[in-house]
Amino acid sequence: MTTAKLSTLAKVVRSKNAGVDKITFDIIFADRGSYERVVRSGAITKASIARLYGIPESRISDFVVFDPACAIKFTLYRQRPSGSPGDTDIFGAQQYAPLLDIEIPID
Amino acid sequence: MGTRTLRFLCPNGHLGFAPIKTRSFELGVATRPDFIVADSGSDDIGPGPLGSDTSTSPPAWQSHDLEHMLLAARRLGVPMLIGSAGDTGANSRVDMYLEMIREIAARRGLPGFRLGYFYSEVSKDLLRRKMAAGEAISGLDGRPDLSRGDLEATDRIVAMAGIHPYNKLLDLGADVIIGGRSSDCVIFAGPAIRAGFPAALSYYLGKVLECASFNAEPYGAKETVIGEISMEDVKMTAMHPDQRCTIASVAGHAMYERSNPFFEYMLGGMLDMTRCRYEQYDERTTRVTGPVFAPASELRVKLEGAGKVGERYVGIAGVRDPYTVANIDRVIAWARQQVEERFGRTGYELHYQVFGRDGVMGDLEPLKGVRGHELGIVVYGIAPDKAMAEEVCMTGTRQMFYARLPEVKGTAGGVAFPLDEVLPASPAYRWTVNHTMRVDDPLELFPVHLADVGTHAGAAPRR
Repeated sequence: MTTAKLSTLAKVVRSKNAGVDKITFDIIFADRGSYERVVRSGAITKASIARLYGIPESRISDFVVFDPACAIKFTLYRQRPSGSPGDTDIFGAQQYAPLLDIEIPID
Repeated sequence: MGTRTLRFLCPNGHLGFAPIKTRSFELGVATRPDFIVADSGSDDIGPGPLGSDTSTSPPAWQSHDLEHMLLAARRLGVPMLIGSAGDTGANSRVDMYLEMIREIAARRGLPGFRLGYFYSEVSKDLLRRKMAAGEAISGLDGRPDLSRGDLEATDRIVAMAGIHPYNKLLDLGADVIIGGRSSDCVIFAGPAIRAGFPAALSYYLGKVLECASFNAEPYGAKETVIGEISMEDVKMTAMHPDQRCTIASVAGHAMYERSNPFFEYMLGGMLDMTRCRYEQYDERTTRVTGPVFAPASELRVKLEGAGKVGERYVGIAGVRDPYTVANIDRVIAWARQQVEERFGRTGYELHYQVFGRDGVMGDLEPLKGVRGHELGIVVYGIAPDKAMAEEVCMTGTRQMFYARLPEVKGTAGGVAFPLDEVLPASPAYRWTVNHTMRVDDPLELFPVHLADVGTHAGAAPRR
């Protein structure tokens, strides 16, 4: 079985604040074929995301597949509110990078 | 209602944060929209501006956008609405925008118009009384109910208005409205609902138009988009000649900066986008149908509050020695210990951000350990007064230089300093309040005001 990195299949992979206590992640595909292939592959699930980021699944508040936008979206609770002392990323804008290298089985 | 559609022009998703692009704005104005509307606030910018009662946007950019919008709105004779004035929607930010509007009107000699505004700050005393009466100030996003401790640690609180103060001011004849903190979508939804359009489509229109060209492609911010509402649908049209509102861009925007793409909450109810249908209407226009609005059984208003943690200094150090790189935690532990010996364990905060290891992602970083040949370390010292914050930060930074690693070859200094000082930063704040409070009347926290502007230019006094 061959695989492809998510970064070669998705058009947009981004992270951003969703309010002051959460960071939300969007994986958006340019074509429905790539979107459905990734969703069907089962490589991106609540469990796999929790494993990748080293967090319990309870820190993931939302995980949805969003057909109209050909997108997978999930949201994490922050350890501390954005901009508090010790926060490293006020906008939450650089937390998506580990997603880029997820290997997607493409048979 | 004479017309069965209303058209809203939105030039900017966060007025002031970066200036509008005027070419697409003028193209939009030339289509003669019925309303010119922009949101100007965000909690994205961290707790500092709300806590310290400042803006993060430069006054020149705020005034630039207000001037373009005001001149166009007065020329067309259509209402102009601004929500969440000056990044935070705090009272001083509303006053600042009112002053800018008056200055622009005087300088450009505009004929008289009616300026409506409302404030949205909530006093700590009101919350103390509510809490004393047993009213829960309920936490959002997993927070517990508001505690007295967090309330007392708060410097400033704003409440998120719904459509109500905007519509009240329109009823009173306001031509220009400067709003305090508001849900982004309500500045668009308010006028549409007031004109008799369905609440679901009205809120959806606001939700997907409030960030202007973020709902279009290719990517390009601060370009104008026109949203049109009818009794049956909402249509989004990009005004920049090279941008298009596509199914993907509009649907993609519906999920931007939000936990969940299906539900949006505001004072008075919830917008359910689960059954939205998207169609490409023409090359640059996407048509949306099917949103549902669920009115709330209880009116709960969202509160945002920020409180000062302390004064803050920042230090910077670099490491190149491979043994020191490998043992950076021991270096930091040594420096921390020196701070503890001087100041004890509490009464201040000391944070180390280690770039080259996990400086960007902290605990979320999957790559453990250091892979590069050098590290950059940013040290934050936070304390009740500046002198102590400086000394905490200086001790925590300089003592890395003297860290005692048993096998280090370089005994003349353990880190490299680009500066032999620590730098004063803005005070540190935190979001103390992200909660909701029950209200009886959706206007009770948002009293409205009216003033006549530009009457010197010859307008008859009204009232």
